[in-house]
Amino acid sequence: MSANASANAHTASNTITIERLNKSYADLKPGSIHYIIKDIDLVIKGGEFFVLLGPSGCGKSTLLNIIAGFVSKSGGNLRVGDEEISKPGRERAVVFQQADSSLFPWLTVRQNVEFGLKMKKMPKEQRRAISDKFIRLVGLFGHENKFPRELSGGMKQRVQLARVLANDPSILLMDEPFGALDAMTRRTMQKELSHIWQETNKTVIFVTHDIQEALLLGGRIAVMSHGPNAHISDIYDVPMGYPRDASLPEFQALHRTIQSHFDAELEGTMYP
Amino acid sequence: MKPTSILHRKWFTVPLLWVFAIVAWQIGAWIYGPEIIPGPVATWKGAQELLEDGSLVKYIGVSFYRVFLGWALGSLLAIPIGLIIGRVTAIRVFAEPFLNFIRFIPPIAFITLFLVWFGIGEQSKIALIMYATLFIVMMNTLTGVLSVEEDKIRSARSMGASEWQILVHVVIPATTPYIFTGIRLAMGTSYMAIIGAEMIAANEGVGFLIWNSRLFFRTDWIFVGLISLGLMGFLTDRLVGWIGRKTLYRYGVISSAPVRR
Repeated sequence: MSANASANAHTASNTITIERLNKSYADLKPGSIHYIIKDIDLVIKGGEFFVLLGPSGCGKSTLLNIIAGFVSKSGGNLRVGDEEISKPGRERAVVFQQADSSLFPWLTVRQNVEFGLKMKKMPKEQRRAISDKFIRLVGLFGHENKFPRELSGGMKQRVQLARVLANDPSILLMDEPFGALDAMTRRTMQKELSHIWQETNKTVIFVTHDIQEALLLGGRIAVMSHGPNAHISDIYDVPMGYPRDASLPEFQALHRTIQSHFDAELEGTMYP
Repeated sequence: MKPTSILHRKWFTVPLLWVFAIVAWQIGAWIYGPEIIPGPVATWKGAQELLEDGSLVKYIGVSFYRVFLGWALGSLLAIPIGLIIGRVTAIRVFAEPFLNFIRFIPPIAFITLFLVWFGIGEQSKIALIMYATLFIVMMNTLTGVLSVEEDKIRSARSMGASEWQILVHVVIPATTPYIFTGIRLAMGTSYMAIIGAEMIAANEGVGFLIWNSRLFFRTDWIFVGLISLGLMGFLTDRLVGWIGRKTLYRYGVISSAPVRR
């Protein structure tokens, strides 16, 4: 299958190229244009774990929704491989922040995971083999026949993860997927996500406002400035292996650097 | 189970309530006389008369048939229309103001017109029930479609679902509880509409019984008609609710009884 090939071969075909990307809307005053995000330039390599870090409301979700194809861009280029992107596609899977609003509550865990395969009209036995594999991968073995309402918040996010992985996308777009979880569950999910990422070699774009989370997960961290006119103000490389230890001095040093970046920016906007 | 007072037990409170109601009814009958308020015994005798010549069973059957047919046809028509109006913005823009205007016209106000349009026979009654059902089910379906979370549609789309698949596999299941509430509410208004229609233009049916009894000053038969109506409505509502719970549980249809307008 072509989707399979593109996911496993992390070549230039699933590199995401963003050039001078804008999202704007006409302001109330005629003639003036209001930019949510302005002139974003990014190249995200195939197989990379890329984190978009920024304060709430800075436009990082808007950027993710444009990449997902849910929201149209106002200007600039967006390509996956050589292909210009304007619509949602199977190769870009989305994990939403709220599992309750994105899972299908009338379907069991297994039926949720098999949803995309069923839409492709894949035969039942094949679907079952694939859903079994990913339900096991996310640690939900034994919960296949439960409904989402019978699961905890962390388990629901595992269903979301298995559901998108079953479609074998080459890119995972994750919008603060652990933001609504308690601290302990969040930590477990972070560990498992980096484990799954290492195992499946997907390109991940992960949106968060949590510096620690960004540092635990990301290979590169793009720091977004506060909107309007939000742009990428800096990109940090995280030269540490997995699993990461938040108590190491190099981890804490990088944490401080990024924190002071935000502090400086905040000072600029709040006390002019 | 923790011990509760006898007043919290349904098997005790429900019969108790009925005993109170019947006693109050009997007292009323003694005070005002059987012409104004026929007591339980007089009503039971009236019911026996109507049961013996078979007219009560026939009337209930006729009214129920009209309600069921009009309600089922109306719902079958209303659900797809509601889905289309909900999904297609261009249609909704034009349909919504019209819907919000027409839904305030009660079915009974249409009786004379429907008689002129569809004749004195069954057609006009069925059409009236369809009208009574149509807008309630349509508005509920529409509301359901509009409240489907955007994330569900987006996630289906990014997993490769076509627009048709999104309608069938996401929008309809997500809207099912709303549709169900709509058809359950419509059952109630259907009874109101049919009684009105039968009072004005019918030779049989529970509405006819209630209206016709005035000619003979048989208030006991009127009481029989009223009680029959209450029982018919109660039983069909319970039946519809039970079927919904049994078959539509996974869609989030739960046991709460809908509130009538």
